[in-house]
Amino acid sequence: MLKYSVKRILLAIVTIFIIAAITFFAMNAIPGGPFAKEKAPEPRVQAVLEARYGLNKPVGEQFIMYLTNLLRGDFGVSLKTGREISQTISTSFSVSATLGAMAIVVALVFGLLLGSIAALMRGKWPDRTIIFFTILFVSVPSFILATLLLLIFSHGLGWFQVWSVTETNYTLPVIALALYPMSYITRLTKSSMLDVLGQDYIRTARAKGVREQLVIAKHALRNALIPVITYVGPLTAYILTGSLVVETVFGIGGLGTHFVSAINNRDYPLVMGTTIFLATLMVIMTLVSDLLYKAIDPKITFD
Amino acid sequence: MSQPLLQVKNLHTMFPTESGEVRAVNGINFSLERGKVLGIVGESGSGKSVTAYSILRILDNPGRITQGEILFEETDITKLPRNQMRQIRGSKISIIFQDPMTSLNPVYTVGNQLMEAIRLHTSRNRQQAQERALEMLELVGVNEPKKRLKQYPYQLSGGMRQRVMIAMALACEPDILIADEPTTALDVTIQAQILELMQELKNKLGMAIIMITHDLGVIAEMCDEIIVMYAGRVCERGTADEIFYNPRHEYTKGLLRSIPKMTTTKERLTPIGGSPVDLLNMPKGCAFAARCDRAMKICLTEQPEEIEINPDHRAACWVNVKEGALAQGGQNNG
Ligand SMILES: Nc1ncnc2c1ncn2[C@@H]1O[C@H](COP(=O)(O)OP(=O)(O)O)[C@@H](O)[C@H]1O
Ligand SMILES: [Mg+2]
Repeated sequence: MLKYSVKRILLAIVTIFIIAAITFFAMNAIPGGPFAKEKAPEPRVQAVLEARYGLNKPVGEQFIMYLTNLLRGDFGVSLKTGREISQTISTSFSVSATLGAMAIVVALVFGLLLGSIAALMRGKWPDRTIIFFTILFVSVPSFILATLLLLIFSHGLGWFQVWSVTETNYTLPVIALALYPMSYITRLTKSSMLDVLGQDYIRTARAKGVREQLVIAKHALRNALIPVITYVGPLTAYILTGSLVVETVFGIGGLGTHFVSAINNRDYPLVMGTTIFLATLMVIMTLVSDLLYKAIDPKITFD
Repeated sequence: MSQPLLQVKNLHTMFPTESGEVRAVNGINFSLERGKVLGIVGESGSGKSVTAYSILRILDNPGRITQGEILFEETDITKLPRNQMRQIRGSKISIIFQDPMTSLNPVYTVGNQLMEAIRLHTSRNRQQAQERALEMLELVGVNEPKKRLKQYPYQLSGGMRQRVMIAMALACEPDILIADEPTTALDVTIQAQILELMQELKNKLGMAIIMITHDLGVIAEMCDEIIVMYAGRVCERGTADEIFYNPRHEYTKGLLRSIPKMTTTKERLTPIGGSPVDLLNMPKGCAFAARCDRAMKICLTEQPEEIEINPDHRAACWVNVKEGALAQGGQNNG
């Protein structure tokens, strides 16, 4: 277990390094730069700026420099705002993390609940209703969903204020972000629950005299969870990318918003910083889901 | 002799499906005395498992009992409220299943599953339940029982798992153990060991056993009585000797021909010809008539009643009725 964890962590570091390298060299390969705009500064000013940010050095050297700074937790400064990137990330990430975490929790809790209900009431109206809506939510893209929610509940019914500095109600953005993965988890849970309920060990549990609620909660659910756990990795990836869209539609100043505007501005250090940060998060979440998997399914042995 | 421990009377169980009602059990009768062993034999699909699950009321959806009574200690358990039925399962009547590889929950330890059964039906605390679990594992001959408690099913062999299932079934000292083809999924050598163990435990603990199998040869020496099932009905019943050496139903004879004999290993086995009856459209007469070499006109139109061959033996076959009548007629003439 320990050996496995160490191995996984080393592997994670290598992964992050590779992602950093790809991002760095890809950014450098793109023609144009932050100062190549209509209102470009004078060549003399540009030379000073490039020297200051080390943009005149060979790419390899720049990369080494960048990495050593990263190790010290220094993501560099934004070319556009001049602010510390680590600061931008940490302030904007708290909003994104809250949004993302809430969406994950909502997706998991409701997905498992609705999926179990659909399985237990298979073919009856609750099952049909649930499956109808999951199909709907899986097929509507999140930016349309986000816009619709905003139109109906903010603009039309006026139940929720539009996001602002003083008005930070997460309800609509969380719904917009969670509906797709929730629907997916619902369908995953339903099929895996149905599969588990037909297994012999469920009959064994009933034959022992276990009460029906416990048969479901103890004997069935834990087995039904196994396929759902494998979805935790992709789920995090979805939440990370989905939040880019949702934050933009709702005008939430989270990490996603900064990421998108950094790309538009060709703010290399900010793009790289955010990418590496998100990649690290992703790698950590994958690691967590693997360890969760082990906790639930005893057959998974490491080494 | 007082009332039997278990009496199944005119049991009917069916599964309503999209293509119609699957009539799995169609009027079974038998009774089981305390401490006795009843064998139930029949081809696969003849309704043996459904009979067993009906007794415990653990039928798969949408199966249900539509007629008949199951008297356990004189109470009709088909009418018991769910809660009371639950208290009988695993404590008064236990069952072990055909496939030990899939019958234990893969995500819980052997100890957890054993102790669950014990704590459900007794007032033992965790500590005492664990001691009992250990004792049971020793009793069923699991080696290194302490270590096994902490292991998961996948870490045990098939034979070991079936021993664990037996330990679990017997942990609360039931009056009846139903063994639904307990050795079918195991290697031949392990089969013999498990059967021997069951015999030994029966002598030690004195529970009654319903031994279900599709292979007559496996259980014959254990059984006080055997019933032969086809299409959810009893074709023939009697002591093991009567069934083996004096079979009166063509189906029983067919089953006996399909038993591999230990002595002559190279002998050709002859499975019963034809295909099992369609439970969606049960024939009017004898269910076996379509496959029977000696079928007569009446076999197609009327269901045979069980008739007594001798006090230890009954068969539901028109051929016997006819022969019986001839024998009687012969006596009259002579
Ligand atoms: N869940 C079910 N749904 C529909 N039919 C079933 C179900 N379970 C059993 N049956 C039917 O009941 C018949 C008897 O099955 P079973 O008792 O399992 O046979 P066996 O004698 O091999 O144990 C089978 O022919 C099967 O088609
Ligand atoms: Mg069976």
